[in-house]
Amino acid sequence: MAIRERLSGNEAVAYAIKQINPDVMPAFPITPSTEIPQYVATYIANGEIDTEFIHVESEHSAMSATLGACAAGARALTATSSCGMALMWEELYVAASDRLPIVLALVNRALTGPININADHSDSMGARDSGWIQIYAESNQEVYDNFLQAFPIAEHKDVQLPIMICQDGFITSHGVENILLVEDDLVKEFVGERNPEHYLLNPNEKMSVGPYAVSNYYMETKKAQREAMNNAKRVILEMAERFEKMTGRKYGFFEEYCMDDAEYAVVIIGSAAGTCKAAIDEIRQTTGKKVGLLKIRVFRPFPEEEIALALKDMKAIAILDRSEMFSATSGPLGAEVRAALYGVKSQAEVVNYFYGLGGRDITVDDFKVVYDKLEKIAETGEITDMYDYIGLRSR
Amino acid sequence: MISDRINEKSPWQDITEGNKIYEAATSREFCTGEWRTSTPVFDGMKCKQCLLCVPVCPDSSIPVKDQRRMAFDLDHCKGCGICAKVCPFGAITMREGK
Amino acid sequence: MKNTVEIRWHGRGGQGAKTAALLLADVAFKTGKYVQGFPEYGPERMGAPITAYNRISEDPITVHSNIYEPRFVAVVDDSLLESIDVTAGLAKDGAIIINTAKPMEEIRPLLRGYEGQVTLIDARAISIEALGKNFPNSPMLAAVVAVSGVMEKDAFLSEMRASFLHKFAKKPEVIDGNMKALELAFDAV
Repeated sequence: MAIRERLSGNEAVAYAIKQINPDVMPAFPITPSTEIPQYVATYIANGEIDTEFIHVESEHSAMSATLGACAAGARALTATSSCGMALMWEELYVAASDRLPIVLALVNRALTGPININADHSDSMGARDSGWIQIYAESNQEVYDNFLQAFPIAEHKDVQLPIMICQDGFITSHGVENILLVEDDLVKEFVGERNPEHYLLNPNEKMSVGPYAVSNYYMETKKAQREAMNNAKRVILEMAERFEKMTGRKYGFFEEYCMDDAEYAVVIIGSAAGTCKAAIDEIRQTTGKKVGLLKIRVFRPFPEEEIALALKDMKAIAILDRSEMFSATSGPLGAEVRAALYGVKSQAEVVNYFYGLGGRDITVDDFKVVYDKLEKIAETGEITDMYDYIGLRSR
Repeated sequence: MISDRINEKSPWQDITEGNKIYEAATSREFCTGEWRTSTPVFDGMKCKQCLLCVPVCPDSSIPVKDQRRMAFDLDHCKGCGICAKVCPFGAITMREGK
Repeated sequence: MKNTVEIRWHGRGGQGAKTAALLLADVAFKTGKYVQGFPEYGPERMGAPITAYNRISEDPITVHSNIYEPRFVAVVDDSLLESIDVTAGLAKDGAIIINTAKPMEEIRPLLRGYEGQVTLIDARAISIEALGKNFPNSPMLAAVVAVSGVMEKDAFLSEMRASFLHKFAKKPEVIDGNMKALELAFDAV
């Protein structure tokens, strides 16, 4: 029987870490992820787990120590947010190219400029090309469930890639919600032990990690990373299936909410998807309009074909980005989903809106406006604002 | 030899995951001596076995046995001349060519 | 959403409005509800106005926005009434619960024309009477539960006792005081 609880998103991740009892956690505090290492340190101090906690002097060191521990053969993880991850930048790429199955608990927060501590996806979206698997959560339940699946995905022999488990800063990290926890013994069985084939602390095998790769090797290395990312698609679904057998909770690359007969769809990542669901329920109950939602869970690897097939028959689609990439056109999600639709020759009208930057709230009413706009666009075939903002003050 | 298994002709499928190398001291297989344009010449008569040349060699090309230096490892010596510069007794001189 | 009770808390950094919201979520959770308790976060500054929220429902809650049209508002510090529009969006058939020692005729004019139920509670006095110290959280929590009716008095009190037993395992002497503060506040409104 699942354990009924109420936890914040940070508590849920820390609890998952406690249940997994990993070998090494180097971490440096940064809002809003600070509570995760704080709770883990408490578990260690209380003797509840025997994880080795390493106090480091910066996030650069946190990720360096994590990859060192992982290369040594340990199951290693860290947690961070925003500028903390920016300071890990160099090591993010090293972890991926060295094929180290590290888990990063990322609590999404806007990158500084201007300084801000609230939720948006600029930190992880900036790292979307670093070679990490990225899985996002709508709720505390999802971030907990995703975290339990993280090590089995990353450590799978066909993957061997680092993975970041993302949740929206404060909105889920500090919000308390109902949650169903999995029993310790089931978690232990699901996550298992890490048994790397090669590791630095193996006395029977001498080994070098992270050698210099000249042009003659670099491109082949990148191709191998791509292949692993491709394999991750299959493994992510396999783990989701195993997880469903254990808990009854179903996961995939994305969640389709009311999409069976939908004509107007929103595509979104993260906690705002829940607010969108409430808007859909209201719209369908009051007007019967066929509105739906595609909530991206897995952004890396990007499930291009699957997304395109799910969306291709819509009349109009709004892709909502919680970060800028200053191409002066799309946001990151907008660009990739639109490209995917081109591949299936979809006739859907597509717009790309920015929302929630630096923690700007998005409400049920905001989503109703989005669906109204989509309906109007589909009726008139005219798009006046291909790239627009939700909740922006403007003259 | 690792270079028999992985080299600049290897297809991507044959390169180890993350370029990890599952053996030690593989740099021995790489004969940097081929780069040499001038060669150190050792004069055993002048050498006092102070061993100052040994730690300064960037390529570990001066082997030591029983606290005495041996002949240069010319498979790996790049001919940089640091040993000649550091020798207080003029026991090492640099000669043009291999 | 229709079956969801939405509550907004106003306080000052360090006064425990966020803790009160989390406590309310806790106790409602224990009586079998779906809950949310979350603060509106910014830099944490002692004394600066802060807002916290609760959603309590019989059904799962998916909304992750702040609350703009609450059914109930709780104000932990009456000095906020002049600077903050605490009744903004407050439902006419809802209520506002204010921790104050002042009489109604002084408070009403500060509520910007709000016509619904206004409940005043001197949480400071109750806390000092029951605990000997000013911890307005417990009395405010009880007042909010009593006014909002989100749960029955008996269920509320027994869950709170259980949680105090756990929380104050090493200081059992404060449990009775806290329980007294809850009961006094519950009955005062």
